[in-house]
Amino acid sequence: MDILKALAIAGSAVLLFLVLELIRRGRLKERYSLLWLFSSIVLLILSLSRSLLEFFSRLVGIYYPPSLLFLIAFVFLLLITLHFSAVISGLSDKNKRLAQELALLRQEMDEAKRLHANAQ
Amino acid sequence: MKIIIIVPAYNEEKSLPGVIRDLCDHVPHADILVVNDGSRDSTERVARDLGVMVLGLPFNLGIGGAMQTGYRYAERNGYDIAIQFDGDGQHVASEVKALVDMLQQGKADIVVGSRFLRRGEYRPSFFRKLGIWIFSTVLSAILGMRVTDTTSGFRAANRRVIEFFSRSYPEDYPEVESLVLLHRAGMTIGEVPVVMRDRTEGSSSITPIRSAYYMIKVLLAVFIDLLKK
Repeated sequence: MDILKALAIAGSAVLLFLVLELIRRGRLKERYSLLWLFSSIVLLILSLSRSLLEFFSRLVGIYYPPSLLFLIAFVFLLLITLHFSAVISGLSDKNKRLAQELALLRQEMDEAKRLHANAQ
Repeated sequence: MKIIIIVPAYNEEKSLPGVIRDLCDHVPHADILVVNDGSRDSTERVARDLGVMVLGLPFNLGIGGAMQTGYRYAERNGYDIAIQFDGDGQHVASEVKALVDMLQQGKADIVVGSRFLRRGEYRPSFFRKLGIWIFSTVLSAILGMRVTDTTSGFRAANRRVIEFFSRSYPEDYPEVESLVLLHRAGMTIGEVPVVMRDRTEGSSSITPIRSAYYMIKVLLAVFIDLLKK
C-alpha cells in the first residue's frame, strides 16, 4: 500500500511540476492549462491524504479507494479532450475564414494591379 | 441585375475550358468566377488563361468552404444573383436561364435545378434510386414541400441567400444541409427541371461504398442542424 501511495504522490507531483514548468516557459497558455493544473492538484491532494481519499470513496461507493484516483484522472481526461475538440472546431473555422479572406484579397490585389497597368 | 456564376473547381484542368466556353456562349451577360479549391493540377492557370475571374484558395477547403468563398465575393461586390455551376462539366449552361427566370419571378429565394422532375430521362441504379428517395422523403418532410433533387449543385440564389450563405454555409456535403439551413432562416426553395450530362473528365467523388457513408453522414448533419439554436 505504501508503494502505491508513493507512486501516486510521485506521479501527480511530476504532472504538476510539468504543467507548471510548461506555463513558466510560455509553452502552455494559461487558458489551456487551467484544467491540467486543477486536475494535477486534486490528484496530488488525494494521493497525499489517505483519509480524504477514503472519505470520497465511501461517498460514491467505491470499495477500493485508490480506484478513485483512476476515476478522477479519467473524468479530467474526458473534460480536457472535450475542451480540445471545442478549441479545434473554433480554430478550424478561423482557419477557413483566413483562407477565404486570403483568396479574396489576392483577387482584389490582382484586379488593382491590372487596373493600374491599364491606366499607364 | 448583376449576375455571377460561381464555378468551384478542384483538379478540373481538363473539363474547365469546356465549361467556361459553354457558359460564355449561353450566359454572356453574367460574370464568371472560378474558385480554385487548392487544386494540385494547373486549374488556376487554365482558368486565368480563359480570362475569367479566379479566386485561388491557398489549400483545399472542400466544396463547402470553396463555395462560400464565391458567395462572400458575390456579397462584397453587390451581385443580385449568384449561380452555382460545377466545374466538372455535368451542368448544362443553356439551363441557367430557366433557373434565373424562376428567381426573377420572385417565386423562390433559391432555385435548384432538378434531374428528377422530368420523367424518364435519368435512369439511376437501384441503390442510387433508394438513396435519392430517402433524401427527398426526409427533406420534403423537414421543408414541408416536395423536393426531388436534394444533392443537386446547380442552383441560383437571390441577394438574401447570397448574404445568408456568405455568413454561414455547411462544410462537408453542403447541398442537402444548406436547404435545411435556408428553410430554417425562412427562405423559400424552388425547383426547376434540368438535364445533366455524365461527367466528361475525371471521376465522381461518390463511389458505391462511399454513398452509404455519405448518406448517413448527411442525414446526421441534417438532424444536428435541426437541434441547433
